[in-house]
Amino acid sequence: MIAETGLAALWLAAGLAAYQVFLMVLALRSSVEVARPMRGVAVAQGMLTLIAFAMLLLVFARSDMSVSLVFANSNSAKPFIYKVAGAWGNHEGSMLMWVTILAIAGAFVAFFSRRTGERTLAAALGSQAILALGFYAFLLFASNPFARLFPAPPDGQGLNPLLQDPGLAFHPPTLYLGYVGLSVAFSFAVGALLTGEVDARLARAMRPWVLGAWILLTLGITAGSYWAYYELGWGGYWFWDPVENASLMPWLAATALLHSINVLAARGALKAWTMMLAVIAFSMSMVGTFLVRSGILTSVHAFAIDPERGTFLLALLAIYVGAAFILFAWRGASLKEGAPFELVSRESGLVVNNLLLSVILGIVFLGTLYPLFVEALTAEKLSVGAPYFNAVAGPLALVLALLVGIGPLLSWRRERRPVLRQLKVPALVCVGALVITVIVAPGIGILPRAGFTVAGFLLAASALPLANRNPFRAPLATWGMVVAHFGIAVALAGMAANAAFSSERLAIAQLGEALSVGPWQVELVSVTPTAGKNWTAIEGELRASRGSGSITLTPETRYYSDPPTETNESAIETFWDGQLYTVIGKQDPSGAWQLRLWWKPFVTLIWAGGALIAFGGALALLGRLLPFLRRRRHPEWRRGYA
Amino acid sequence: MSRGLRLIPIILLLFVLSGLAWRLIKPADTAVPSQMVTRPLPQFTLPAATAGQSGLNSNDLVTGRPRLLNIFASWCVPCASEGKILQELRRRGVEIDGIAVRDTPDALSAFLNRNGNPYERIGSDRKSEVQIALGSSGVPETFVIDGRGVIRRQYIGPLNASNIPGVLRELEQMR
Repeated sequence: MIAETGLAALWLAAGLAAYQVFLMVLALRSSVEVARPMRGVAVAQGMLTLIAFAMLLLVFARSDMSVSLVFANSNSAKPFIYKVAGAWGNHEGSMLMWVTILAIAGAFVAFFSRRTGERTLAAALGSQAILALGFYAFLLFASNPFARLFPAPPDGQGLNPLLQDPGLAFHPPTLYLGYVGLSVAFSFAVGALLTGEVDARLARAMRPWVLGAWILLTLGITAGSYWAYYELGWGGYWFWDPVENASLMPWLAATALLHSINVLAARGALKAWTMMLAVIAFSMSMVGTFLVRSGILTSVHAFAIDPERGTFLLALLAIYVGAAFILFAWRGASLKEGAPFELVSRESGLVVNNLLLSVILGIVFLGTLYPLFVEALTAEKLSVGAPYFNAVAGPLALVLALLVGIGPLLSWRRERRPVLRQLKVPALVCVGALVITVIVAPGIGILPRAGFTVAGFLLAASALPLANRNPFRAPLATWGMVVAHFGIAVALAGMAANAAFSSERLAIAQLGEALSVGPWQVELVSVTPTAGKNWTAIEGELRASRGSGSITLTPETRYYSDPPTETNESAIETFWDGQLYTVIGKQDPSGAWQLRLWWKPFVTLIWAGGALIAFGGALALLGRLLPFLRRRRHPEWRRGYA
Repeated sequence: MSRGLRLIPIILLLFVLSGLAWRLIKPADTAVPSQMVTRPLPQFTLPAATAGQSGLNSNDLVTGRPRLLNIFASWCVPCASEGKILQELRRRGVEIDGIAVRDTPDALSAFLNRNGNPYERIGSDRKSEVQIALGSSGVPETFVIDGRGVIRRQYIGPLNASNIPGVLRELEQMR
């Protein structure tokens, strides 16, 4: 009954979404007042998808093997948390989660949004419903998550052991929340293009969604990077893998949108460009979902290739993005650009930021899809890897990071104050960083050295917007910006340190043998078999020391039984100045063991920086939402806008 | 912005969509064929994988008649679906030997009872050594061996119904 309830809720939600589209057409073609029913229907639709998703969680939690999806992706021997997480660790479940988050976001917009005009809101909720309808059709006709098996098999087939990790429980939902936040920006943009009301009010309505989506994407990428780092056992934090790029591209577009939307909100300028970015940011989310779920690009995150699902997603992508682009070409001309600005101004600084981010986005997009196009046109096979991305996107990212230190100091419209004079301290830090790296490490590459230099500059410059005023009276949004920009400098310093100073040792060691890596002496003490709930493993005991004292690390190689897979569980020890990263591999015929050891100075700064960037975003979001929540208590305000 | 400029995104989108659609229709061929194709079989001797069926020696495969060598395992889900196809080939007179990779006698017997047993001999390759020597990187894979013990062709992944005529034709040509 549980599965059937879920399916029924899904059908009802799809029906309500269709009704929303009807209401939208009514609102656009006549002056009928539809806002009130529209809000109600959107909220009901959100509730129904939530019920459907709760039912899916329930069948997974109960290991109901008569549901085909549970049978294929779960096993009664799995720990409970992974049983529940298994609900979205597969194609059908993840699509249901997508549409659930989409519909709930729609419900929130319907419930809280008072900033735009009623017609624009109706149009935005209508386009949100159109997005949802595509996914409902997908779920109901092509990949029903509630399909039954008869007779019910005794036990399930399990879940890819690489995904049996706490990261799985949170990584995809975080990214999906981010993608769906961008869908709200998309819907607002489409709604505003339809009604022609592209103005500062729209930007303020969109901004919390873009900001929220951007925070989650930042967290998702940071966490995903750390997951790849410790779970894949290759010691790297970013592989320029197509699936990683699929999450980076929406982030780049969202970052650009986040900055241009401020120009629209504050000055009423960059209207067409901001609408375009809102469409592109969501398009990139769709492209990302398509690339991951269709499995058409070769990736370490191997998903099965399924042409039918891929075709469906590609058709949705074509319809949504194509329609939005056509709408843009048709209505974009009627947008009047807002207040003008001069060459040296906050606005032009943000335009440069947008241009650089867009170029980097283009580089990543091109690099990700280039092999596909070359093969389509010439039948030649090639792959584009880290050397291309680092060489082309790296320098641009450094230029951008340098400008991040300067842009926030400029004032709106035109700059009259001598900004360069404020930059004395950052310039000194920057030169200092350069001199120190030349003295301490004369042999490092040009990109890491430039990374240290720019990071030094930005570490100092990012705090300047708080330096000329009482920091405790500065708005929370300014604090958010400062923290996020500081986080960029921290992450950059970590990347440069990792690139410049990592030591690596791949060796075969007998028991009792000691190896050196960086400042460390690592001894292989013993190797013992161990077992967990659904795996067996060999566990190495390593004793590591530098100078006085020693620590013990226990890397494992695990063998999972259902399905049979082998994974490396690296053992990582974190110190204030870096991480010692160890992996144990196979035994060779002579009885010695493969060991992979890394010493990675200050590598943790990369993820600390990512977390700071997201935290800065959260501060800014809080700064935007607090006044709004406070004002909601005043009835006269509500009467004025509602 | 002129209308022409605003049409650029649509043109780019069409370009990207057509590329993605092409890849969907023609999925990338990621299988890397074995370097052993066109070379003689490596020498090996494998013990019996189940009670009541003999093991496999590389000389068993040099019989003067072309035959198939199927690499499989009881823990491999696609192998189970391949069972029907191998049965059909067997019914049409194709001789098939098997190598069971990292398997146990009990699990293998249960697998053969469930999915049928098209094999004349099954060797047990507990450590994947022979599998690696053959240049096979996964299960299931099927090698076509000619009468002199030379590897003629490698099928990566499970055979399906559409492969049957091709396999029969190849074996016929080698006779």
